[in-house]
Amino acid sequence: MHAISRRFNYLFRSTKGLILVAIALISLVTAIWGMLSGPMAELGLRDVVVRLFGFQLVDAEREGRIFMLYHTIAMAVIAIEVYIITAIVPMKKQEQSTINALITVGYITSMIFGLGFAYFGHNWVLHGLFLFGQSLVFFSGILFALALWPWKKEYSVQDPEYAHAPGGLDLERTAFFAMAVATLISALFGAVPGSYFGNGFESFLAEDVVREPHKASLALAVIGHLHIMLALIAVALALIVGRWLDFKGKLHKFAMPLMVAGSMVLSMGAWFVVPFQAIAHAIIYGGSTLVMLGALLLVIFGWTKLIRERLSEQGIRKASLSQGLAALLHDPLKFGSLWQMVYMNFTVSGVGIFMAIKLDKIIRVWPAREERIALTGHWHILSGIIATIILLYYADLVGLKGKVRQGFGWVVILASDVAFGAVTVFELKRLWVSEAAQQPLVNTTMLLGDAGLATVLVALAALMVWRLIDLFKKKGRWASELAEAKEVQQ
Amino acid sequence: MKRAWLVLILVAMLTAACAAYPSAATLPVVDTGANPDAWAKIPAGKFWMGIHREETDIPFDFEMMVTDVTNAQYAQYLNAAWAAGKVKIVNDTVVGHYAGDKFMGVKHEKEIKAGDWLHIPLKDPSQRLTFDGKLFAVQARYENHPMTVVSWFGAKAYCEFIGGRLPTEAEWEKAARGTDGRSYPWGNKIVRNNANYYSSQDPFEKNLGAQGNTTPVGFYNGKTFESYQTLDSPSPYGLYDMAGNVWQWTGDIYPDVHYRYMRGGSKGNYEYDLRVWTRNSAEPDYVSPSVGFRCVRNVK
Repeated sequence: MHAISRRFNYLFRSTKGLILVAIALISLVTAIWGMLSGPMAELGLRDVVVRLFGFQLVDAEREGRIFMLYHTIAMAVIAIEVYIITAIVPMKKQEQSTINALITVGYITSMIFGLGFAYFGHNWVLHGLFLFGQSLVFFSGILFALALWPWKKEYSVQDPEYAHAPGGLDLERTAFFAMAVATLISALFGAVPGSYFGNGFESFLAEDVVREPHKASLALAVIGHLHIMLALIAVALALIVGRWLDFKGKLHKFAMPLMVAGSMVLSMGAWFVVPFQAIAHAIIYGGSTLVMLGALLLVIFGWTKLIRERLSEQGIRKASLSQGLAALLHDPLKFGSLWQMVYMNFTVSGVGIFMAIKLDKIIRVWPAREERIALTGHWHILSGIIATIILLYYADLVGLKGKVRQGFGWVVILASDVAFGAVTVFELKRLWVSEAAQQPLVNTTMLLGDAGLATVLVALAALMVWRLIDLFKKKGRWASELAEAKEVQQ
Repeated sequence: MKRAWLVLILVAMLTAACAAYPSAATLPVVDTGANPDAWAKIPAGKFWMGIHREETDIPFDFEMMVTDVTNAQYAQYLNAAWAAGKVKIVNDTVVGHYAGDKFMGVKHEKEIKAGDWLHIPLKDPSQRLTFDGKLFAVQARYENHPMTVVSWFGAKAYCEFIGGRLPTEAEWEKAARGTDGRSYPWGNKIVRNNANYYSSQDPFEKNLGAQGNTTPVGFYNGKTFESYQTLDSPSPYGLYDMAGNVWQWTGDIYPDVHYRYMRGGSKGNYEYDLRVWTRNSAEPDYVSPSVGFRCVRNVK
């Protein structure tokens, strides 16, 4: 009993354990639900999984099912970010444990009962519990924002290395706070139309209504909601990576105001999609430019730091270009987290800007189903990139070292980038090939995409299996991580 | 050595990914027994329309073609229409006059002006019709396949030439699903032998890879072709291919938008795009090897 209670304490009361549980649950959901579409369905695995688990897949309810699946995964991702932030941003231990407890119960409730409702028959009790779970996540978010309140005197910053206002206001904390508040408002922004469309099962996918000349306000709110939530998850992750790398100095002082202002402007732009659609996009471009500039400064700082520290370890004072490059690539986990942000510009931001600029001249000359492929590919890649950065962070958190660190890091970076690159080519294939001649390109990009993602999933599975086996050891790594967590709490 | 193996494996994977370009020589010849000149009556009355099943009334009877317009039918039409001066051949394309849309200047709306518009391109590699300067004909083995690579203008012109019109979206959907709100023409579930869709593994898929080739009209009628067992998959009114094979142009022109809408899904789509309410849209001069049409006519 003591052994179980110690493991429970580790999994549900330590930051590393909580992150492990969330990653494991997301992996499980991805592994099972990933069989229901794409190549797995083509190979016939979907039918096996449907029979095995007793899924009730009514064709008319596909949109609603997907809608709930996205939300359950998103809740778990948000929980991971919250666990990390409550651990790395100073706050009272009581605040940390309350926030983490609420969000844990919230996302797990929402995941279990949401998927139960969507895929195993429509028992409305399950739907109610799904909403209850989401409400807990939201309530946890309110406490989270309060805990991050940056104007508390005990959190004022005097260290000249870190961005702060003249009175000592910690601008990095303010950036976390702004992100949290914007996320809460944006969640409400989605909850209202969600309640409306969910009542009566009238859910729809945003990519299916983009060509409607006049969209209903609540449909616009759904579109705004999904864009801004994903963007804010990315902003939170950039801030987390900044803390991980101890972002400071001049660039920090420029970057943090950009992140604060960018988060607020970007969010306002997304909210303005409903009442002021004509100007909303201009505001969104303004906000995203600020955030992306902030992220660029982080990348410059981080890569410079990685090179400097590695060269210093090696005792090299004046490095050649190749030595500098080798130093930069020495630690794939830290390098990779920043590289994935850069790569995102080629596969997500750049593509998005291109699509927006060439919308009428190119994208909407294609049939709607081609535009939908581009849209869904676009945000799937962004979600995927976010997931890989979280994985790289977690791999560092659990102390991967030596060849395993190198192997895991490079496999995640290279395999995912091959996949994301291939999907980008696939989604924009009509730029290069006609429908009649597309099959070789489709086959190649699908193969590279599937192989890349499968490789990342194998690496993730290996990490999860390693941690699972570790849990069966009396003095496993989990035990030392639990002891470490207790020390921090004291 | 390890690197060499890695390169070899990658090259092998990429080579395996390259499917051969379609060749008519390998196309199975199948007589489905379908009569492309047959029409089915769709009775007046209410039905459930769209994914959210909104009650919709069509207060008149109409008839719809039992199968999509075939290449042979379209070639025959072009010969007649060209002789009658209804269409012209300009720069390897067949064009015809269209009176234009009402333009409102709404954001993203393009003006469709009165003038000659593309009906079909003659040099498109997917085009199954041939033209020798005197006569339109069909590539061998494609005679009973649905006419594709035809624009909305070309589809509309055909239907009007034979005394019909393109169906409205409501008419199309009622004809496809009847009055019981089903998801597919034949019921609420889909399996590979119901229709031609992405990776449905029909005998014509070998010709073009997973994206597939068109199947002859009326192929999914319960018979066995080339040792491939089909399931009889008509709509409640006896229409075939109302899901999969090719998207079908519909005739509605909506205000503030220049797109035309298609229904039914195609050989290049996953099965969820074959649900009867799924829409696709494109500009009216868009052509594709996955887009065809069928006509309706009013009952006198």
